[in-house]
Amino acid sequence: MSANFVYLAYLVAAVLFILTLKGLSSPMTSRRGNMFGMIGMAIAVLTTLSLTHNVGLIVLAIMVGGTVGSVVARRVEMTQMPEMVAAMHSLVGLAAVLVAMAAFNNPVAYGIALPGEMLHSSNRIELFIGTFVGAITFTGSIIAFLKLSARLSGKPLRFAGQHWLNLGLGISMLGFGIAFFLSPSWTPFLIMTAIALLLGVLLIMPIGGADMPVVISMLNSYSGWAAAGIGFTLNNNMLIIAGSLVGSSGAILSYIMCRAMNRAFLNVILGGFGGGEAAAASDDGVQKTYRSGSADDAAFLMGNADSVIIVPGYGLAVARAQHAIKEMSNALTSKGVKVRYAIHPVAGRMPGHMNVLLAEAEVPYEQVVEMDEINNEFADTDVVLVIGANDVVNPAAKNDKSSPIYGMPILEVHKARTVLVVKRSMATGYAGLDNDLFYMDKTMMVFGDAKKVVEDVIKALA
Amino acid sequence: MSGVVDPFVMNLTVFVLAIFIGYHVVWNVTPALHTPLMAVTNAVSGIIIVGAMLAAKPEEMDIGTILGLVAVALAAVNVFGGFLVTQRMLSMFKKKGK
Repeated sequence: MSANFVYLAYLVAAVLFILTLKGLSSPMTSRRGNMFGMIGMAIAVLTTLSLTHNVGLIVLAIMVGGTVGSVVARRVEMTQMPEMVAAMHSLVGLAAVLVAMAAFNNPVAYGIALPGEMLHSSNRIELFIGTFVGAITFTGSIIAFLKLSARLSGKPLRFAGQHWLNLGLGISMLGFGIAFFLSPSWTPFLIMTAIALLLGVLLIMPIGGADMPVVISMLNSYSGWAAAGIGFTLNNNMLIIAGSLVGSSGAILSYIMCRAMNRAFLNVILGGFGGGEAAAASDDGVQKTYRSGSADDAAFLMGNADSVIIVPGYGLAVARAQHAIKEMSNALTSKGVKVRYAIHPVAGRMPGHMNVLLAEAEVPYEQVVEMDEINNEFADTDVVLVIGANDVVNPAAKNDKSSPIYGMPILEVHKARTVLVVKRSMATGYAGLDNDLFYMDKTMMVFGDAKKVVEDVIKALA
Repeated sequence: MSGVVDPFVMNLTVFVLAIFIGYHVVWNVTPALHTPLMAVTNAVSGIIIVGAMLAAKPEEMDIGTILGLVAVALAAVNVFGGFLVTQRMLSMFKKKGK
């Protein structure tokens, strides 16, 4: 097959990938977009297959990987999506490292060096970049996966001199990269890869659970840049285009997540919250009082309201309460109550996490409203039900200049007539801050597991 | 100006333009679909399979082709897993009154 034909096929695949992302601008067009993506990938794979000699073995490898992927995709629960996405990022990272090693092993086979020739100097730089980004993505994503699936504590792990250690490792990795550039051989290549693998672990360990939306978006971005970096090495436009699309997508998501927390990207990555520095700073010694009630009280209040807004948070995912919530809102709707859901951009453990859970429970997406659109409506709302969310509804972010989260955009639920908060206990949220919302006169706390409370409310409504 | 353009410059051109396209397209993605976006970009980054297949290309087997085959399998997990789970998620986003 001629090289021109191959590149034209890659062009078609690239356009299809762009249409895939474009389709996601609305749920209506998104399924068609996903179909375009599959066709694009099939074109890219089949075209490349025609260039290879080991067709049988390659098809076998695709079948093995494809079977694993298909089974996981079918079995994974929606509450586990963040883990699955993190695990998949790690695979791309590892694949990028393996391809880089193969390219270095036999550059002639890739047509990036003539027989008997060394790898070109610009290819060496690209190979270095693709490898270390891939390696960091690989181990970093494994740590993110372990934290998200609670196999590792979600608590940030910090120790003295951490940043200096990372800086030292980063510089030495660069040093071996330069050594590799000057005289390409396996020793500096492998050492720099090992350092990058270690850096991936050290960079993600200090980051806590609620910052995961940023981390997972960042790793998403890295997996794209790693693919693009390998594309530079192999002079392959397909890899460069697809990698850049993914890379910029992840970068934008990271930016959106940081903005939703009013924090600088570096501040999140280097770890700013949850280290105990700011914890309990606002405690002035006065015992504050709060009102608590039962699920029956909550059912009474919501059943008699005209409008209810439900604010779901990570606690909803933990308790797997999405189906119960949907059942509850059905019961309320049948009583003539207008029910909607308000979503904060960083609710949950990954961008859009809550939307997927609610969609799984068959909540129509018109009822699910983003923060900017619904914030004006809380003042006209009878009852707000906060379920498993804390920092994203803390009024201190608007009122208290001394608060560490001051300036963070929040759902302004404190403006509603009545606020119900479902929570396990009075414990603080991720930022370690007390929440004034819980002590307001209009607030009623309902203690217990989110799913259990919601089920009790359903019984009381019947 | 004379001579042949270095492949690096051509690569860079494609790279920069692709970033611009990605930037504009992704800003239009509705926030409700950010999780499917991450899943589908997972599948798209499985495009590394193309590099892996090229690594497994040579007729005579050596360490490079074996690494390539392993990478093909890993990337295939992403391609199949990513697209299928995205499809599963997107089929859940329904309008009221099916």
